[in-house]
Amino acid sequence: MRIHFKTSYEHDIRLFPDWWSFFVYAILIAIAVVLPWLIDDFFIGEVTNVLIWAIAGLGLMMLTGQTGQASLGHAAFLALGCYSCIIFMEQGLPFLIAFPAAGVLTGVIGTIIAIPAIRLHGIYLAIATMAISILADDIIVLMEPITNGVSGKFAPVINIFGIEIERWTTPDRFYWLVLAVTIICTLIYRNILRSPLGRAFAAVRDSEVSATAMGIHISRTKAIAFGFSCAITGLAGALMGFYAGAFNNETFSIVISITLLMMIVIGGLGSIHGAFFGAVVVAFLPQFLSIAKETVIGGGVAIPGLETGVFGMILILFILFEPMGIYGRWMKIRIWFELFPFARKDMFKRQKSYLKTERLR
Amino acid sequence: MEVLQLLVSGLANGCVYGLIALGFVLIYKATEQVNFAQGDFMMLGAFITLGLTNAHYMGLPFWVAAPLAIAIMAVLGYLLDFFVLRHLFGQSQTAVVILTIALGFVIRFIAGLIWTHEPQTLESPLAIGDFNVGGVVLGMADVAVIVVTVLLTFFLFQFFQRTKLGLAMQAASQNQMAAYFMGIPVKRVQGMIWGLSGAVAAVAGILFASKGAIDPNAGLLGIKAFAAAVIGGFGSLPGALMGGLIVGVIEPFASRYFPAGYSQIAPYALLLFVLVFRPHGLFSQVRTKKV
Repeated sequence: MRIHFKTSYEHDIRLFPDWWSFFVYAILIAIAVVLPWLIDDFFIGEVTNVLIWAIAGLGLMMLTGQTGQASLGHAAFLALGCYSCIIFMEQGLPFLIAFPAAGVLTGVIGTIIAIPAIRLHGIYLAIATMAISILADDIIVLMEPITNGVSGKFAPVINIFGIEIERWTTPDRFYWLVLAVTIICTLIYRNILRSPLGRAFAAVRDSEVSATAMGIHISRTKAIAFGFSCAITGLAGALMGFYAGAFNNETFSIVISITLLMMIVIGGLGSIHGAFFGAVVVAFLPQFLSIAKETVIGGGVAIPGLETGVFGMILILFILFEPMGIYGRWMKIRIWFELFPFARKDMFKRQKSYLKTERLR
Repeated sequence: MEVLQLLVSGLANGCVYGLIALGFVLIYKATEQVNFAQGDFMMLGAFITLGLTNAHYMGLPFWVAAPLAIAIMAVLGYLLDFFVLRHLFGQSQTAVVILTIALGFVIRFIAGLIWTHEPQTLESPLAIGDFNVGGVVLGMADVAVIVVTVLLTFFLFQFFQRTKLGLAMQAASQNQMAAYFMGIPVKRVQGMIWGLSGAVAAVAGILFASKGAIDPNAGLLGIKAFAAAVIGGFGSLPGALMGGLIVGVIEPFASRYFPAGYSQIAPYALLLFVLVFRPHGLFSQVRTKKV
C-alpha cells in the first residue's frame, strides 16, 4: 500500500501522483513504441484502430464523463474532422498543418453548435445531438461539390517532411503517428483536468446549482467543454478517415455515435483509462465474435445484427452490475488488495437520489 | 385535391408516429425516464402479432391474435421494468437513456433471429384495400390508424386526469419521496406504466404493420417519433399526438415541394428548431427552476 504524504496543494494536481505511477506509464509507452517489432502487421492495424477509437472516446469523455452532457451526435464531429482534414490536404496544405486545423475547425463549429444546445440538458441534449448526427449524413450528401456526396472520398498519402505514411503500405509508421496523437491528446486532456477549467467541468457535472454558487459560468463552461470535446473528436475522425482509406456519408452514421457513447460507458465514465478500456472492447469485439461464431456454429453463417446485439447485452449487464465500467471494476479490485484486509463491502455504494420533476403537471 | 391527398396520407403516417410518441410520453410522464427503445417495442409488438396471425407461423385469427399480442407486450413491458429498470432506480436519466438504446439493439437482434430480416406483411383484416371519398383515396388501414390513435389518446388523457392510478403515476413522477409518503407504491406504479406503454407500442405496431411490410429495422421509426414527442413537448399526451401529426404531414409535403435531398431533413430540422427556440416543446409544461 502506497501512502501519499501531501505537503502542498501542488501535490493534488501533479501529473503523476508518485514516481511509481510515472514509471508504470513510462514502461507502457515504451512497450507501445516498440510494438511494431513485436507483433505482425495485421495486429498493428487492430491496435491502431483501438488507439483511434480511444482518441474519439477521450473526446466524448470530456463532454459526457467530465462535464456530464450526454451527446449522441459525435459521429457528426468525427465526419467534420475527417472531411475537413482531407479537404485541407487536397487544397495543398501539408498534413502537419491540415490535421490540427481540422481539429480547431471542428472545435469552433462544435462550440457554435453548442451555444444553442447547452440551454438543453439531459435527454433534450441527447435528442438534439442525435438529430445533428442524422442531419450530418444528409448534409454531406447535399454538399456534394465539396464532399463528393454518396461516392465519397479517398484519403491521400500523409507526407511529413518527406516521410510517407499510409495505412496499408506502411502500417508501422501510421501506428506511430496515431500513437503520437494519442499521447498528445491524453496529455492535453489530463492537463485540462488539472486546470481550474477541468474542475469547473466536474462542478457542472456534479451540480449545476452549486457550480453557479461557486461562481462558475455554466453555459460558458459547457460551450468550452463542447469545443474541446469536438476538437479531439475531430482529430480522431481525421485519423479514422486515413485508417479506412475511403469514406462517404454513411461511414459516420448515428450507429457510430451510439457506439461511441456505449464505449465510454463500458470503459468507465469520467476516467481516461475508461476511454482506452472501452476502445479495446469496441475494436476487438467483432474479431472475437467472428472467431467465437466459427468455433461454435462453423464459418460462413452470417447473423445480421450479432455485433450490435451482443454489444447491447454487454452494456446492459455493465449498467446493471457495474455502472462505473471496466475502470471502476479495476479500481475496486486494486483498492481491495491495497486495503487488504480492511476493504468493506459497501465502500463504493452510491447515494441514491429521489426524483423531483420541474414539470407542473 | 392533391393537397388533400397528401394531407390524408400524412395524417395516417403521423398517427403512427403519434402512437409511438405516446409511448415515450407515458413513460416520461410517470418516471421522467425516456425509453429510446420505444420504436423497437413497436417493431416487437408488430412481429408478435405477425407471428401469431400469419398462416405459416401460428395461424390464429387476427381478432384473437391482436389482443393477445397487446397483452404479451404489456407483460413484457412490466417484466422489463421489474428485472432491469428497477435496478436503476435513483440513478441518472442518462443511464436509462444508454440502457434503453442498448435494449433496442438487443430487441432488434432477437427479432431478427426469430423472424429473419426479410420484410414481411401482416395478414391483417385492416389491409382490405382503398376506398374513394370525393377523389381522395383512403386506405382502410389509414382510417383505422387515425380512429384508433385519436381514441387511444383521448382515453389515456382521461386516464391520467381522472383515475386514481393515473394521478398516482403523475404524483410518482413529480416527487418520488412525497409519493412514497402518500402511500403510493412508486415502483409498482412505474412497472405498470412500462406495461401500459408496451401495450400502446403493440397497438402502434399492429397498425403500422397493417399499413405495409415490416422488418426488424422498422424500430428506427422511433427516431421520427422522438421528433414528434419533442415538438409536442415531452409530458403532454395531446402534444405527442399533435407532434406526430405535424411530423407526419410535413413529410409528404416536403417531399412533394422541396428539392430532393432536402425533404428527409425537414422533420429533424424542425426538431432542432423547436429545441432551440422552445426547448420544452410547443405544449410546454415547464417553468424554469428557481433556486
